[in-house]
Amino acid sequence: MTDNVNEIILETRDLTKHYGGVHALTGADFKLSKGEHVAIMGDNGAGKSTFVRQITGVEQRTSGTIIFDGKEVRFSGPIQAREAGIETVFQTLALADDLDVPDNLFLGREITKLDWLGPFRLLNYKAMRQATIEGLERTAVKIPNIRNTIQNMSGGQRQCVAIARTATFSSKLTIMDEPTAALGVQETEQVENIIRTLKEAGEPLILISHNMRQVMDLVDRIVVFRRGRIVANLNKEDTDGQDIVAYITGAKTGAEYEGAA
Amino acid sequence: MAQSELGTGGLEFDKKRRNWPNELNIFIALILIIAIFEALGQILPYMNDQSFLFDSRDRFDSIFNEARLRIIILQVSIIGIIALGVTQVIISGGIDLSSGPLVGATAMIVMSFAQTELVNGNVNPKAVFGEWAFDLPLLIPIIVGLAFGALIGCINGCFIAYTRIPPFIATLGMFLICRGIAQAWTRGKPVSFPTESYAGLGSGMMPVYWFIGLAIVFHFVLKYTVYGKHTYAIGSNEDAARMSGINVQKHKVLVYMIASMLAAFAAIILSSKNLTAQSGMGIFYELYAIAMAVIGGVSLTGGRGSIIGTVLGAMVFGVIQSGFTYVKLDAYFQLMAMGAIIIGAVVLDKVRQERAAKRT
Repeated sequence: MTDNVNEIILETRDLTKHYGGVHALTGADFKLSKGEHVAIMGDNGAGKSTFVRQITGVEQRTSGTIIFDGKEVRFSGPIQAREAGIETVFQTLALADDLDVPDNLFLGREITKLDWLGPFRLLNYKAMRQATIEGLERTAVKIPNIRNTIQNMSGGQRQCVAIARTATFSSKLTIMDEPTAALGVQETEQVENIIRTLKEAGEPLILISHNMRQVMDLVDRIVVFRRGRIVANLNKEDTDGQDIVAYITGAKTGAEYEGAA
Repeated sequence: MAQSELGTGGLEFDKKRRNWPNELNIFIALILIIAIFEALGQILPYMNDQSFLFDSRDRFDSIFNEARLRIIILQVSIIGIIALGVTQVIISGGIDLSSGPLVGATAMIVMSFAQTELVNGNVNPKAVFGEWAFDLPLLIPIIVGLAFGALIGCINGCFIAYTRIPPFIATLGMFLICRGIAQAWTRGKPVSFPTESYAGLGSGMMPVYWFIGLAIVFHFVLKYTVYGKHTYAIGSNEDAARMSGINVQKHKVLVYMIASMLAAFAAIILSSKNLTAQSGMGIFYELYAIAMAVIGGVSLTGGRGSIIGTVLGAMVFGVIQSGFTYVKLDAYFQLMAMGAIIIGAVVLDKVRQERAAKRT
């Protein structure tokens, strides 16, 4: 199902990352189609976050190729990745507590007037507020007052704001690193609803999660990492929780990855 | 307005829960402090029914004691200019201890480019340089002063941003360096007799106009420009700012440069007002400026505060100082009381933060 070349938004070939002598990621081949939602699972230290950090340019890979949207890319930092259209929701929320919702959504890419003023160019608050409302409505995020500072919001609302960046900037790929790890039941549901909205809108997503129910509920395909290698690539219909756990723990290894781990 | 234009998902925002602006608290505190001094004037037996705020002797055609008001605002305006810069530094999550000595150093340097040739028909007895440096156009000392401020701020900022040493240490070092420059410049001798145009910069109520003008400019800059927004963002969550694509290091250098240029400008106004520059100028100014910002609600943890708050903080500062003199509190105790008030302001800020955290 991932063989149609035109439909592939992200592909990695033989992606490898070594931290000194530690092989955090070895030979990861990965493909993601447009509109597809893929979960990445694996134990702590299996290489999930390392994999994501190479794609988003937070770290520089040791070797391998990343092809995004038909072009080979080498992002020097997360900013460049973002400009290319990869939006990442980090494990630690990258939000400024003392600023309100539009400020956070547009942080680092404000809508401005009088650009010749350089760092003193003026902020276009009105346009940013409008775009924020539109973006939030599109993702069905519920915020009572967008001019409230992030500090005064619940954990779920904060996470929603972080995710809503994606919708506001119509990115080409969203990556979420354990978006519901610290949330309560209701808040988790709210975030999951947003993910469903993204699916309906046809926006591709890579979701890192430990939550089996969530994964089985939300995504099309599950990729399992173990000890820095991809050990399984499973369609949701062909697998179940038990099966995935077997791959995560190493009791089982996918046929195509035999000898890998 | 049934459908709120600020909420999404059909949620209504309860206007009653809107945050009470912090500046209003400070304004109320200012009124309260004035009322307390007014009351003390009536109560204390040795005060002879003097009024703190109101005119009690019909000296002027005004209900207020204009002389006192003038002094209050005049004495805070020069340190207030420094506080405008310090506010930005603290909002960005830093601190600047070097502003006081920078005032001394800048005053010395600037004054030596602003000297007039003839004093009472004789050659300027305090001349630092030769003939070429006499009666230069007004613009030259101003440019020299601001450039020196920018240089010091740039050094501060570069060390803090690129070597990641704590701002406290970097600016403490600069504190000593600047005081050293001030003393070395003329080996401790004062520099005096500026040109007429230079003396005009800080004469009369000019410092107040500069303070208010700059406050308006920087209120606007902090609130409505990208520079301001990024300053708040960096102080609020530096990692988030970095991940959002803000060049945090470059921005910090800019913040410290602006702060030091404001301190240098304060030095120009101060030396112009006093018609002389001495290496000991600006002692405690850095602490007073920080105090004004903190009293004005600028959070020492960064991310919160405003220019309006700092201006009000400066007024509180001035009223308290003037009030202490008014109730004839011994000058020796004034410093102690000032210190206690600063600690009190920080404690209040802490309490406010914890209350805000509990509310959610």
